Amino acid sequence: MHDILEHKSRVSPKVDLPFMAPTHPIAEPGQRPFAADDYQTVGSPFVDKAKFAMRDVNVFYGEKQAVVNVSLDIAENEVIAMIGPSGCGKSTFLRCLNRMNDTIEACRVSGSIQLDGQEIYSSKMDVVPLRARVGMVFQKPNPFPKSIYENVAYGPKIHGLVNRRVDLDEIVETSLRRAGLWDEVKDRLDAPGTSLSGGQQQRLCIARTIAVSPEVILMDEPCSALDPIATAKIEELIAELSENYTIAIVTHSMQQAARVSHRTAYFHLGKLIEVNDTQKVFTTPDHPLTEAYITGRFG
Amino acid sequence: MNRKPMELVQKSLARRYRAERRFRFFGVVSVIIGVLALLVLFFEIFSSGLGAFRQTHIQLSVNFDPEILEITDAHDATQIRSGNYEGILRKALAQRFPQVSGRAAKRELNGLISIAAAYDLRAELADNPELLGQQKTYWVLADDDVDTYYKSLQGDKPFTARTSEARQAQIAELINQGEIRTQFNWRFFTSGDSSEPEMAGILGAVAGSLLTLLVTFVLSFPIGVAAAVYLEEYAPKNRFTDFIEVNIANLAAVPSIIFGLLGLAIFIGFFGMPRSIPLVGGLVLTLMTLPTIIISSRNAIKAVPPSIRDAAFGIGASKMQVILHHVLPLAMPGMLTGAIIGMAQALGETAPLLMIGMVAFIMDIPNSISDSATVLPVQIFLWSDSPERAFVERTSAAIMVLLVFLVCMNTLAVWLRKRLERRW
Ligand SMILES: Nc1ncnc2c1ncn2[C@@H]1O[C@H](COP(=O)(O)OP(=O)(O)OP(=O)(O)O)[C@@H](O)[C@H]1O
Ligand SMILES: [Mg+2]
Repeated sequence: MHDILEHKSRVSPKVDLPFMAPTHPIAEPGQRPFAADDYQTVGSPFVDKAKFAMRDVNVFYGEKQAVVNVSLDIAENEVIAMIGPSGCGKSTFLRCLNRMNDTIEACRVSGSIQLDGQEIYSSKMDVVPLRARVGMVFQKPNPFPKSIYENVAYGPKIHGLVNRRVDLDEIVETSLRRAGLWDEVKDRLDAPGTSLSGGQQQRLCIARTIAVSPEVILMDEPCSALDPIATAKIEELIAELSENYTIAIVTHSMQQAARVSHRTAYFHLGKLIEVNDTQKVFTTPDHPLTEAYITGRFG
Repeated sequence: MNRKPMELVQKSLARRYRAERRFRFFGVVSVIIGVLALLVLFFEIFSSGLGAFRQTHIQLSVNFDPEILEITDAHDATQIRSGNYEGILRKALAQRFPQVSGRAAKRELNGLISIAAAYDLRAELADNPELLGQQKTYWVLADDDVDTYYKSLQGDKPFTARTSEARQAQIAELINQGEIRTQFNWRFFTSGDSSEPEMAGILGAVAGSLLTLLVTFVLSFPIGVAAAVYLEEYAPKNRFTDFIEVNIANLAAVPSIIFGLLGLAIFIGFFGMPRSIPLVGGLVLTLMTLPTIIISSRNAIKAVPPSIRDAAFGIGASKMQVILHHVLPLAMPGMLTGAIIGMAQALGETAPLLMIGMVAFIMDIPNSISDSATVLPVQIFLWSDSPERAFVERTSAAIMVLLVFLVCMNTLAVWLRKRLERRW
């Protein structure tokens, strides 16, 4: 409770976002060596029409800083991949975008995060509709211990999206169809969600997320528990979803990042080192750390 | 270099296996000790308590003589109520044993049967008014001393301390004629306490226990769950909540008699509630079981996988929706198990109820939470303290009933957990 109030008050409203000039100049590609306390993101972290605009985001777990001065835009209908070594703060950063960090007592966020120009950490922002707009798919498939139908219908129900059963049925069907799961489960919608295979469960979780028609979908290593075939299905799904949704995906698989994303952001020790078009990141990265990571010298 | 570590491993392996065998041996021994103790306890209770489920009856040919009964109209409830049933029983006994003479001997003869026999005849006549003036043969309830003696005849050393030679002869005659036998003791399950052992039953105490437990459950479960939810989900983590937490743990360890004193002071002393009623008993037991329920409910809530919370929060559920739709249903089996274990504890609790006067001698079966009542363990305590020998077997029988209740409650707990835990 206390913590939420505190980080809310820390956010300084920056009215002129999201079209504001970057608060710090972007270094020329490959020019500046990485400096510990004063660093700049190389590449192109900012876009013209930002869905999400983040400026100087810092996240602390108690005394420990997990995200350092990250500034980044996410464009509408773009798929942005976040890569980086384990523990570099990708999940933490992602969880800021729908305030899932609120559930962690010790977590504090400072800086500005705007969704369509609205400050999401301001006291005026209600997290319930925020999370309906910014859905999340987790690393481990986590269907509710309820039926497949109930899993998908839960979101629309609690948000009061529909009143009639037929409408709900329709939402459930379209969501499952879009998640590519309909044909596999249409005959057993009453079966428990946990009776599905891991890959099916993850697609069920995606169906559950898109059932509330979010604008942005955050995915935290959605394929890490899945086999290559299930992974391929989900990647296909991401490609389809990107027509209508803005997607931010954290992944440890560089191939996956290369396949699904438009832009790729490389994190290192809580810092956002480089953001560039995916193709550029994986062929001619601007920053030596990025290069070291993608060529497998660490990570 | 290569062989040496393997040799060391081999050597230590033998030691490790020895240690493991020792470890297992101690485990097996402890289990055996536990099981033996339990068997001895059960054998002890069953062997001394089984007798109470059968009760000695004597065959008598009774004449509903209107003159002795002083009843003119068998449809008149007042007359039926005040009839002299002892009179017709005395007459029936005198006819059965015509050789008995003298006041003292006659009085002793009349002592063969329980005063309950008169009540039974009254009920019989009320149900069948046409019996007035008729002769009919009944198996009437024998006195507790007769019962004790008759049952002890099966053993190798009959208990003759409270049975005179004359009476022994009478009983022997009844046995020869097949006019004495034991029957299933319905009365034990259908009546309340009595100062006459042969009439004493367990129903009053069972009803008192159930009413008390009902009050306890209805109060302690919702309060305990609400407290656990608040402490787990809403309370800020600070010194004050730490303090509360420590104190709840401490309360769970407070001797139960203290709760009795507290109840005496608050509910009876301050609020002026009557003594020995299930309502006050339930309130006291609520105080006693609350810590247990809070602690087990908190553990059940803690055990709900965080991924489920994340999933619900991630889709935009409010805190209350997360709790009501996901946390509580998943925690319910654990919370119910804790509650039932708390109830089982409360069912066996005696000391705090003594403090609030539930130890009184109460014959009537309580119908509501504001009727005077006693409870099973207190009934056991009362009977075990009674001088009549026939109460010994009743004490054990009551313990058996209590054990049956406890086993039922624990089975219910396991069943509920299995059923609700269907984790899909
Ligand atoms: N709940 C928490 N409490 C305290 N520290 C945390 C918590 N969650 C994460 N951290 C710390 O924050 C840092 C960033 O963690 P985060 O989970 O964001 O890393 P990540 O990049 O997602 O790693 P991975 O690729 O392994 O998932 C880590 O050093 C971690 O120890
Ligand atoms: Mg992570």
